[in-house]
Amino acid sequence: MNLTVNGIDRDVDASALTPLLDVLRDELGVTGAKAGCHQGGCGACTVLVDGVPQRSCLLPTGYVDGKEITTVEGLGSPDDLSPIQQAFVHYYAAQCGFCTSGMMLAAQAYLDRGGSDDAESIQHALGGHVCRCTGYSKIIDAVAATARGDSFDLTTTAVGKHTTMANGGAE
Amino acid sequence: MAGASVASDAATEIFTPASEEEAIAAFGDGTEVVVVGGGTIVMPDMTYRRLRPKKAVLLNGAALSGVSKDGSRVTIGATTPVQELVGMPAPLGPCAANVADIEIRSQATVGGNICAGEGHEAPRGDLQGAFLALGATARSAANGEVTEEPLEDFMPKRDGRLLLSLSFDEPAAGAYAGLDRPHTHDYTALSVSGTRSADGTIRLAATGAGSHGQRLPSAEAGDVEAAVNDVAPHDDALASAWYRTKVLPVLARRVLDELKESA
Repeated sequence: MNLTVNGIDRDVDASALTPLLDVLRDELGVTGAKAGCHQGGCGACTVLVDGVPQRSCLLPTGYVDGKEITTVEGLGSPDDLSPIQQAFVHYYAAQCGFCTSGMMLAAQAYLDRGGSDDAESIQHALGGHVCRCTGYSKIIDAVAATARGDSFDLTTTAVGKHTTMANGGAE
Repeated sequence: MAGASVASDAATEIFTPASEEEAIAAFGDGTEVVVVGGGTIVMPDMTYRRLRPKKAVLLNGAALSGVSKDGSRVTIGATTPVQELVGMPAPLGPCAANVADIEIRSQATVGGNICAGEGHEAPRGDLQGAFLALGATARSAANGEVTEEPLEDFMPKRDGRLLLSLSFDEPAAGAYAGLDRPHTHDYTALSVSGTRSADGTIRLAATGAGSHGQRLPSAEAGDVEAAVNDVAPHDDALASAWYRTKVLPVLARRVLDELKESA
């Protein structure tokens, strides 16, 4: 089988029944999609398949043969964060970070569908994603700000605290 | 976590049929076959080794997906994603919108939802009631023979057959009423779907009031309190049987009222 992962063609040896999550993490070394519950319940493994958000733990890899997969690594780079990534930094929307890649990909798909900054619509779009730090408010704020097209100062958070970006990204 | 991949692959014969004919041939008589529609139910079962199939038939490429219309007759292929029903008229549209979240709905199939076995923690098959209320016909295969029958007759034997499509005549009116879910990933605890056909025939059916979707003939005749005699609700993680018997007449009344209002 053959996948395009974040724009790069990758050959895959795993069987058609292997979950895409395992192929990404174990065979291809793309670790942005997280293995949370491995049964579709947490959202941490969400990837985009031809732009549609899906749970990579529930997807037989045979179902995505020839398709384009986007993981969080495909949204932006450390030097060139995408708008949703910038918003997550500015709003301090990532705490432990485990849900963040799934949250951002689901949010990106929501924005690509023309989603607005309405909090209830955002809650609906992210309803299947669990944040174990319970930092939902800041996540919703970040998605709403991106939907409005806000620009962000990445050296400070929305409440005026310094981010790690203030020091060139160093801790 | 790395150990959670499907280790039983070597013992599982995987079929990836490219047409309906190939899917019917791969399914055979259905013995020890796991049919993978969208995968949302069976993939975790395989990951956690609750299921170690001898044969797995992956339906994704079998050209069984899509919604088509011929006059007032609507046909929905078995592997049509549940998300494609969202936005359709009641009862189907609102019923589909109440299934999990957008990621799961984009992957889960109509056929998988109809054929889902009873869950350990909750009834599955959110869409069963809506399709029963629509008086749907199930087209299915086993042993190379394709048959069409009312969905009601198909439900008890769905384990041993490969569902190919569902079809129904568009009703004159439709309605749906369901309990809100505690969490977006919960199965439907209880819902009632209803339709009124052009000749005035009312059909009501419930999801979550038993091990699979069921018609409510007593309520169809107008006695919503008697609807509880049509079903045998269970106690499970989502709701008690007692609660379900209390709420069922309320939901049935709402659906009947809506069907009347739209007359």
